Amino acid sequence: MDWGALHTILGGVNKHSTSIGKIWLTVLFIFRIMILVVAAERVWGDEQQDFVCNTLQPGCRNVCYDHFFPISHIRLWALQLIFVSTPALLVAMHVAYRRHEKKRQFRKGDQKCEFKDIEEIRKQRFRIEGSLWWTYTSSIFFRLIFEAVFMYAFYFMYDGFRMPRLMKCNAWPCPNTVDCFVSRPTEKTVFTIFMIAVSSICILLNVAELCYLLTKFFLRRSKKAGNSKQQPNHENKEETKQNEMNELISDSCQNTVIGFSS
Amino acid sequence: MSWAFLRDLLSGVNKYSTGIGRIWVAVVFMFRLLVYVAAAENIWKHEHDEFQCNIKQPGCENVCFDHFFPVSHIRLWALQLIMVSTPSLLVVFHVAYRENREKQHNQKLYRNPGNIDGGLLCTYLISLILKTGLEIVFLVLFYKLYNGFKIPHLVKCDIKPCPNTVDCYISKPTEKMIFLYFLVATSCLCIVLNLSELSYLIFKYSIKCYLKRYMKKQQ
Repeated sequence: MDWGALHTILGGVNKHSTSIGKIWLTVLFIFRIMILVVAAERVWGDEQQDFVCNTLQPGCRNVCYDHFFPISHIRLWALQLIFVSTPALLVAMHVAYRRHEKKRQFRKGDQKCEFKDIEEIRKQRFRIEGSLWWTYTSSIFFRLIFEAVFMYAFYFMYDGFRMPRLMKCNAWPCPNTVDCFVSRPTEKTVFTIFMIAVSSICILLNVAELCYLLTKFFLRRSKKAGNSKQQPNHENKEETKQNEMNELISDSCQNTVIGFSS
Repeated sequence: MSWAFLRDLLSGVNKYSTGIGRIWVAVVFMFRLLVYVAAAENIWKHEHDEFQCNIKQPGCENVCFDHFFPVSHIRLWALQLIMVSTPSLLVVFHVAYRENREKQHNQKLYRNPGNIDGGLLCTYLISLILKTGLEIVFLVLFYKLYNGFKIPHLVKCDIKPCPNTVDCYISKPTEKMIFLYFLVATSCLCIVLNLSELSYLIFKYSIKCYLKRYMKKQQ
């Protein structure tokens, strides 16, 4: 059980996402999870062993380390990534529920069901409309909230995003004030700024996706209100043409995004 | 043999679960298993090496560590995850037994072997009760072993061979406490999910039973 399992779960959601959602997923896996596992964990690996205080007093180092790092950067990032990935599960569950309903319809022999066999139902890609739109939009909203909360928690706990070289500690049992030195402060600062930058990019992508979905929703509503006055046949032809175009655009985007087969 | 085995096991269970059961599987995967492997394991990795006592007496640190941590938090956590996931196997075994019976008799004995009804319903309810019971047992064990869910940064130890009372310092107590609270919160969430699933199933099938009896009376 590791990040690979998360990749499998979220890869399935990828099929039903918008193009911006697919870009977000790529950024999440390549620039955040992969960097965390391959690089950041090594940088923070020897964190406490190489945290050195200028004293021989036993216990002083432990207490000072605990005082300055209540929760390590690396653990905060791992938690942030887990929480930010979780809302996508809501979409996965909703899609699974819809598939289950379609399979039930198919088994009952309902003539409304347009599929020829169960395999087709399994492979079908659901459009983001109706109740799925609400689930998808709420998942993006929660993602944004989690990202913002963790970034603020980071800033609040570590007084900014810089890792200082030297910290002055006078917690008991340290006698007087003691100088404590952090291991690899520059490298840690570089990775911290990198992770914060990618977090901000993800927040922007989520905001853009939210705006896109809201715009699409209001356009559809105004179209429906306008078309209810026109002839129904004309409206159907135009809608199906627009649907085909949307499918083509999203399929071409799916092909250019790396590494995610559903 | 690793956590991937547990993951595959739970994916198999997912097929025969109700909606709430699937949410339970998702919570166990994301908030317990993944957090354990990705974050919590590393916090407790060097807990013995970083446990420091204010004394040079050989053996004192070992003895004090053993006294204050009879079973490490992280091992208890791993045991809890394994024990809590195992009752779901009862359901998988029962479905496999049904499918085997159908094969032996070479005829369709059940409408759908994976459908939660009859004997499978009892098995499912028993697995839910076991899961909830084990969660509560482990939470009580944590509470009793460590005097609540707090981790102090200093413990006073006076066991032989330590001369007099010695100050011993635990490494990363705040971080450990944060993850311990996280463990307790997810445990409680899983207990709530199990209890809701239990009440939902009991309610659903008592209504079914009642309706059947009512229809029979009418006839």
